[in-house]
Amino acid sequence: MSENYYEKADLEDFPNIGEYAPEAGEKFFEYYTVATGAGKLSEREKSLIALAVATVRHCPYCIDAYTGKCLSLGIGKDEMMEAVHVGAAMAAGDILAHATQMRKIIKKKEM
Amino acid sequence: MGLKEKTDFAGNFIEKLSICGLYPLYATGVEILQMNITRRCNLSCKHCHVQAGPGRTENMTRETMARCIRAAGDPGITTVDITGGAPEMNPDLEWLVVEMGKLDKRVLVRSNLVILLEEGFRHLPAVFAANGVEVVGSLPDYLGEGTERQRGRDVFGRAIEAIRLLNGLGYGKPGSGLVLDLVHNPVGAYLPGEQKHLETEYRRVLGGVHGVSFNGLFCLVNCPVGRYLDYLKNSGNLRDYLMSLEASFNPESAGRVMCRTTLSVGWDGSLYDCDFNQALNLEVSCSEKGKIGDIDLPVLAGREIRLGGHCLACTAGAGSSCQGSLTE
Repeated sequence: MSENYYEKADLEDFPNIGEYAPEAGEKFFEYYTVATGAGKLSEREKSLIALAVATVRHCPYCIDAYTGKCLSLGIGKDEMMEAVHVGAAMAAGDILAHATQMRKIIKKKEM
Repeated sequence: MGLKEKTDFAGNFIEKLSICGLYPLYATGVEILQMNITRRCNLSCKHCHVQAGPGRTENMTRETMARCIRAAGDPGITTVDITGGAPEMNPDLEWLVVEMGKLDKRVLVRSNLVILLEEGFRHLPAVFAANGVEVVGSLPDYLGEGTERQRGRDVFGRAIEAIRLLNGLGYGKPGSGLVLDLVHNPVGAYLPGEQKHLETEYRRVLGGVHGVSFNGLFCLVNCPVGRYLDYLKNSGNLRDYLMSLEASFNPESAGRVMCRTTLSVGWDGSLYDCDFNQALNLEVSCSEKGKIGDIDLPVLAGREIRLGGHCLACTAGAGSSCQGSLTE
């Protein structure tokens, strides 16, 4: 057992995440392949979405995997950063939207 | 017992080949004669496996070229693939393409493109066109920044200018019969994406933004040899890169690797399974010894291929060869 919760080498273990629950694991990979593969949206578009989600979700494995995939697909660094900003703006908007609750409570409680 | 070079990851590669019944790996014929006619180049690209550059002096002589021309006359050979360095920097290239042009074979010249704009080389595109030579131009990234990081400052703009010059002669234009293919290879420690996808992106940007055209795109996986190996080591990427090559091993690609149908000739006439083995100085394994012309092609056609960990580059994913991906 390593001393760190996150290890770079863990990414190589990703194909084994179905261990102990192989049926569910198999179905997950089937779903994952369909969801991330080219459909109405191109592989390029989906990879940029995945990169933005990976950064918002703070997943080091996904950030590693999708940065590499975007580079492989010839996606520019500026395009990748724009995608990350979409994620950042959505996260900020999500937080600010929740301030609505705070504003509503303030308005209810203040004289 | 097959051959096994002392290279990291070689054992793993051989194990993978064994599992799919491909080890030992044998050539199935000699269809492509690849000639590396010079180590000289006007560029010093960061990924160059033969470590070509302006300071190199190795050039194939006209006598060795003549031996290659005689070998290329064999009816089994369909393609003559001329590479370097910058093949244009061998003073006998013009003579070679004229003589090869008489054989009615497919003749390719691999060009860094920018040399075609240099003094003393500007007449070569017309020579290529007159002899029906296909031009395979290096353009690692359709975005200028990536290309220049790998090949040097101002290279992208000059490469586009050279493509425009070739387009002006009919290269890359429908119906002209003059073929201009481009070569993509990653500018860093990662594998290329799908060839078809990248070709679409190249066409979108090169055509839409720069107004130039080409026939097809060859996607190449960078082979961990020469300067690219140095880069991987110095940047701390070697292990991860080799791991990703190994994880992407594709049995279908392995069965189609170019060395099975290629004979690579060095500047001095020495024989190799491919240009990468040439860079590693791994001469062909054959019952007879000699240079081009000394050994009959049927003897070479069934030779056992010399393998190393670097071979993982050709079997990764859709596979990689001098003609691009090996599978869909």
